[in-house]
Amino acid sequence: MSYSGFRILREALRGHRGWRPLWRDPEPQSEYDIIIVGGGGHGLATAYYLAKVFGQARVAVLEKGWLGSGNIGRNTTIIRSNYLLPGNQPFYEFSMKLWEGLEQDFNLNAMVSQRGVLNLYHSDGQRDAYRRRGNAMILSGADAELLDRDQVRAMYPFLNFDNARFPIRGGLLQRRGGTARHDGVAWGYARGADRRGVDIIQNCEVTGFVIENGVCRGVETSRGTIRARKTGVAVAGSTGRVMAKAGMRLPIESFVLQAFVTEGLKPCLDGVITFGAGHFYVSQSDKGGLVFGGDLDAYNSYAQRGNLPVMEDVAEGGMALMPMIGRARLLRSWGGIMDMSMDGSPIIDRTPVEGLYLNAGWCYGGFKATPASGYCFAHLLAKDAPHETATAFRLDRFETGHVIDEKGVGAQPNLH
Amino acid sequence: MLIPHPLLGPRDAQEFTYLGDARLIDRPDGMAEGAGAAFHDYLYLRDNPAGPHRELWYHEHGDRSWLVVTRDTTTHEILGAELVKGPGR
Amino acid sequence: MKRIDGGLIDRGQILTFTFDGRNYIGHGGDTLASALLANGVQLMGRSFKYHRPRGVLTAGSEEPNALVELRSGARQEPNTRATVAELYDGLEARSQNRWPSLAVDALAVNDLAAPLLTAGFYYKTFMWPKAFWEKLYEPMIRRAAGLGALSMAPDPDGYDRGFLHADLLVIGGGAAGLAAALTAGRSGARVVLADEDFRLGGRMLAESQLLDGQPASDWVAQAEADLRRMDNVRILPRTTVFGVYDHGIHGAVERVGDHLADPGPVRQRLWRITAKRTVLAAGAMERPIAFADNDRPGIMLAGAMRAYLNRWAVAPEGRVAIFTCCDDGHRTALDLVARGVKVFAVIDSRAEAPRFGDYNVMRGAVVTGTQGRRALRTIEVTQSDGTSTWLECSALGVAGGWNPTLHLTGHHRSRPVWDATIAAFVPGQGGPAGLAAAGAAAGRGGCAAAMADGARVAGEALAALGMSVTGADLPATEDPPQAIAPLWHVPGKRRAWVDQQNDVTVKDIRLAHQENMVSVEHLKRWTTLGMATDQGKTANVTALAVMAELTGKSIPETGTTTYRPPFTPVSMGVLGSGDTGPGFRPRRLPPTHRWAEREGAVFVEVGPWMRAQYFPRAGETHWRQSVDREALAVRRDVGLCDVTTLGKIDVQGADAGAFLDRIYSNAMASLKVGRVRYGLMLREDGILYDDGTCARLAEDHYVVTTTTANAGPVFRNMEFARQALFPDMDVQLVSTTDAWAQIAVAGPKSRALLERIVDGFDLSSDAFPFMACAPLTVAGGLRARLFRISFSGELAYELAVPARYGGAVMARLMELGADLGVTPYGTEALAVLRIEKGHAAGAELNGQTTAAMLGLGRMVSVKKDAIGAVMSRRPGMAGDTRRLVGLRPVDAEERVVSGAHLFTEGAVRSMDTDEGWITSACYSPHLQTMIGLGFLKDGADRMDEVIVAANPLEGSEVRLKVVSAHFVDPEGDRPRD
Repeated sequence: MSYSGFRILREALRGHRGWRPLWRDPEPQSEYDIIIVGGGGHGLATAYYLAKVFGQARVAVLEKGWLGSGNIGRNTTIIRSNYLLPGNQPFYEFSMKLWEGLEQDFNLNAMVSQRGVLNLYHSDGQRDAYRRRGNAMILSGADAELLDRDQVRAMYPFLNFDNARFPIRGGLLQRRGGTARHDGVAWGYARGADRRGVDIIQNCEVTGFVIENGVCRGVETSRGTIRARKTGVAVAGSTGRVMAKAGMRLPIESFVLQAFVTEGLKPCLDGVITFGAGHFYVSQSDKGGLVFGGDLDAYNSYAQRGNLPVMEDVAEGGMALMPMIGRARLLRSWGGIMDMSMDGSPIIDRTPVEGLYLNAGWCYGGFKATPASGYCFAHLLAKDAPHETATAFRLDRFETGHVIDEKGVGAQPNLH
Repeated sequence: MLIPHPLLGPRDAQEFTYLGDARLIDRPDGMAEGAGAAFHDYLYLRDNPAGPHRELWYHEHGDRSWLVVTRDTTTHEILGAELVKGPGR
Repeated sequence: MKRIDGGLIDRGQILTFTFDGRNYIGHGGDTLASALLANGVQLMGRSFKYHRPRGVLTAGSEEPNALVELRSGARQEPNTRATVAELYDGLEARSQNRWPSLAVDALAVNDLAAPLLTAGFYYKTFMWPKAFWEKLYEPMIRRAAGLGALSMAPDPDGYDRGFLHADLLVIGGGAAGLAAALTAGRSGARVVLADEDFRLGGRMLAESQLLDGQPASDWVAQAEADLRRMDNVRILPRTTVFGVYDHGIHGAVERVGDHLADPGPVRQRLWRITAKRTVLAAGAMERPIAFADNDRPGIMLAGAMRAYLNRWAVAPEGRVAIFTCCDDGHRTALDLVARGVKVFAVIDSRAEAPRFGDYNVMRGAVVTGTQGRRALRTIEVTQSDGTSTWLECSALGVAGGWNPTLHLTGHHRSRPVWDATIAAFVPGQGGPAGLAAAGAAAGRGGCAAAMADGARVAGEALAALGMSVTGADLPATEDPPQAIAPLWHVPGKRRAWVDQQNDVTVKDIRLAHQENMVSVEHLKRWTTLGMATDQGKTANVTALAVMAELTGKSIPETGTTTYRPPFTPVSMGVLGSGDTGPGFRPRRLPPTHRWAEREGAVFVEVGPWMRAQYFPRAGETHWRQSVDREALAVRRDVGLCDVTTLGKIDVQGADAGAFLDRIYSNAMASLKVGRVRYGLMLREDGILYDDGTCARLAEDHYVVTTTTANAGPVFRNMEFARQALFPDMDVQLVSTTDAWAQIAVAGPKSRALLERIVDGFDLSSDAFPFMACAPLTVAGGLRARLFRISFSGELAYELAVPARYGGAVMARLMELGADLGVTPYGTEALAVLRIEKGHAAGAELNGQTTAAMLGLGRMVSVKKDAIGAVMSRRPGMAGDTRRLVGLRPVDAEERVVSGAHLFTEGAVRSMDTDEGWITSACYSPHLQTMIGLGFLKDGADRMDEVIVAANPLEGSEVRLKVVSAHFVDPEGDRPRD
């Protein structure tokens, strides 16, 4: 069944009796060609592209809870390709291009909205760093514009231009950046994968790997053993826990990132803005809530909840940047577990265990990467070779010294 | 959060700066054979446990002590705290 | 509805207010909702999606419908719940999410289109043509969505932040909370009692139940007076505890001035309350029953109807009925009858429904429909035999049972458990440590039961703290019967609302089930159930029950909702609590700041510091004129610059040298006393982290300087090395950044100037050569340190004096050097000078640079074990051939900009052919052209090559010649002069 305005009209006339499940709830088979562990955004996208692009049909996605319950279900919905380093930027631009045709591709409106992402700068040094970054973006085929203070003011007159501790001096704008409806992305990929024969198995927790003679032959789950030629793990914040079952220690630590939303408001903020002098980034959802976030809670955590100081810090940043939000009310806060890697960049690679593949280390940039991450992981699983935009995301780069450290803060995950 | 400082009693976690896994205390010998592999393990690989975690906190806005705090990463319950430069070292 | 006698309002206080521009009168003790109802106003809002006319559903903070914009101008406050907005004289409120008016709302057309706007409809359409989404569909959706509007002006009000510590925090001042607070107060515990209402008493204020034969409000007043007499008890009314965080820390907001026409200096206060134990006595919230068209103004919860009747003396008019599945609905009927309001029917879905008083009971009957566009007119009652009758009805109270207000118990992600006796979720195990629910919040409701429970739970909490418990005298009272046979929804073809604000109906839930959006989270996200400003407080459990029915599972099997902070929405202003505007971060001022102000300096933010950027002189109209003059003055005469912001760390102890050998990549133990050495610090991953000078003042005494940005982190890391890595070394560290003012005295005439201030100290190169240091006195006995080091490449010194003398010494140097042409210079000239000299600064030390990239690879010693040395030898880093080079435009008029990328001439401009970038650039007044520093692939081997700097971001390209980074004095003779 295809979704369309016409279809809605037809269903409305016949009492909506014709709508069918977005996906099946199949019983797990005993064996697949490829198993994806993790039914979050990256796992579902991987399955979708495996089926659609790489012709793999005997694929299962195993999800511990409900599909889309990972970080795809709790993030600030921002999409952008404004990275600096050659290991990263072409990948994120590839992702942006996939975003741009995504909804027509998987036939579900994920509300991809290229409203513009504006990173503010407050000093000459920041401006110079943004110029270097903006040029890197353009050189990778992305778009970027460097704005001065007056141009920023024309876009967002309500920002604090006149009474600030760190005055706004300009910004780096990516007009193609924006937001997408995060749940819609998960559902679009899930439905698209399901329609192409992928078994999405919810409430199926992986409890171990079947490793025979050093080769991964499948997984043990709460619903029995499921064998596979290849097993790909894409479990974000649970990476450490899951890969420990294969005896692996990783260059990853898990931290909580909080995010927040206000009550619904009439349109007041068109695009995405990040504050350059504090920890605050914000956009307004189509439903009217201001969606915003800031820094990690600084300590290792699997608790999926944060603490008050970060919430206050983020609100301070918000009030310092746009003091007109003082009368808006924060409605809800949530916390997701981030798989923070040691250089702030992801891993899409084989592991030392043959047949076991890893997609991890997305830190808090995983949402925007979802399409390309899925595509590149599918490429790796199907062809045993990295996609051309993901060649740098190797697991051994920490040994060889080819780290991809965008922020330049070194091997301390909570600073990335 | 409150950190039970072994000398100063319970202190707000905001007085501290967090570093990470307490294994960072066990720095390998840089002049030894195979130091590269040892440092890779030391600097990059983590147990990242869901459960009790020994971790380093620095009382930056306080007495400048580095502490080893044992904290459950699933509940944030603190199971103990000691000076990194304790009698045991 | 109309005002009647009695109630807990102050009729002596006449308050005038407006709603949608019309004037009304209320009284002290009224909420906006009670006052509007008393004035006969029922229509207060419009729903989110269908713009259905809506009245008040509840009498508390869970209200989904009666949301208004409060106040005007910059204080405009959208989405304010009329049910908790305390009335004050002059209050202004407007309805929202409607156009042109509340009564006639154009978007009510959505209601007619409802068959198209089912759950998740927008996921299925608006995809073609692709470009229409951003241009047409989405703007349309955004305009229609949202509720109230912000004023877009900065919030003019003040906010405050406070910290409280308690043995026992009691959340809620109703029956259980007061009993808990009285028990703990009498026992001598430090108690904080917080209640979201402006009046203590909780549900007791809404009931007619007598305590010790007296109205409950009398007992509450007595209890409050008792508590106020106790020094160990602090009462915080108008205070919502919105979140429970780790280790007994709670977030709370006190609405200090929201009930005043002028909020005063503090509108709200953010409390961080740290409590050893917490009693959650937040009561319970009544839930509706979903039935066809159950959302019309005039239909409200039966408990709310009772609250308006008893507390606010507002009674329903006309034909009044109750629809219930539990005994509690009958309680409303009884109170109404007692106040002279005729109840024509209590429609009770239970076949064996009781009858407690003088009213008609329709047993086994349900409401199956309603009519009335802007106010309820008729209801359809269907009997157990299937016969239906339309009856005139202007007010319908709905009683679906009560859900414990257990939200805070779930903030640490514990799940509630199902209690079949009260047909509701109650707190489960594993909630926040130290927190226990009491009374109705624990499912032990009823005034008498809650009081006993509050006292018991408080007593247990104190006992756990090792305190002895003195019981409180609690009044005698008898709770009415509370039997329930839950009825979640009445089946039917028409829409029955579950989430009123977000317009989620039973049909939507059914459709979600049909489309396999069955998991609770999928249900929520697909239908937007529970995502409105009330977070589904009156909706979520009902929705679960409906889904349970559809899936054939039990309610607890179907799931529970996740409770997350805040309990009710909290203003951004109070969360930011005043650390905004110029006060967003502290300002650090160097010791010569006042002097610089007198000199007319322009200041710039450098991290937390404010530093002099340049010193304009008369006639200079552009910053470049000032900066060029300052830089030239240093090259020609002598300049002064405050460099106090550089970090200074005193390192002392027998092992100081050995310790610094571990910290620096190059050797420091071999440094001679009285000498200074430039040093590199690496991170353990081998990347260059910080650079600076290290001076040895004595065998066991070094002074380390760091960059301004890394003053804190370097000290932290050195403490880590000292305490954790090398605990056996005899070494002590002190940060002395703020103790010493440090002034760079730079230029060919710097020695001549310093000779005029030192106390008989020989400054000749023989006695005090380049890279020498010494303690000395200046200006007739002032303790000082002198370092002969140079950032500018000229003959130069840095003079350190105790910080409080910094301004005076600077002023003295200016006086003494007047005839030498002494010139103060700021951070801009400092940057020009160091770029001309090819010295690295923040733009080069960006955390991605190796020592080798700066051409300093040999400074990473292989003879010792220093932090970062091992990892710097990894092939990925050792094989990096990018090197710092100088760059000069081929055409001297061309602009050089930092951030441009470097390419071989003729190469395609792409990421693959990218060979580096310009890190720093400036106009060099010395060379009279712009110059730059940059990292260039194989840069060391490309001297004199012409390359291209591409800046497609700003549409410019420049041909540059690769030169040595040392534009000035490449041999380095001048500082040795």
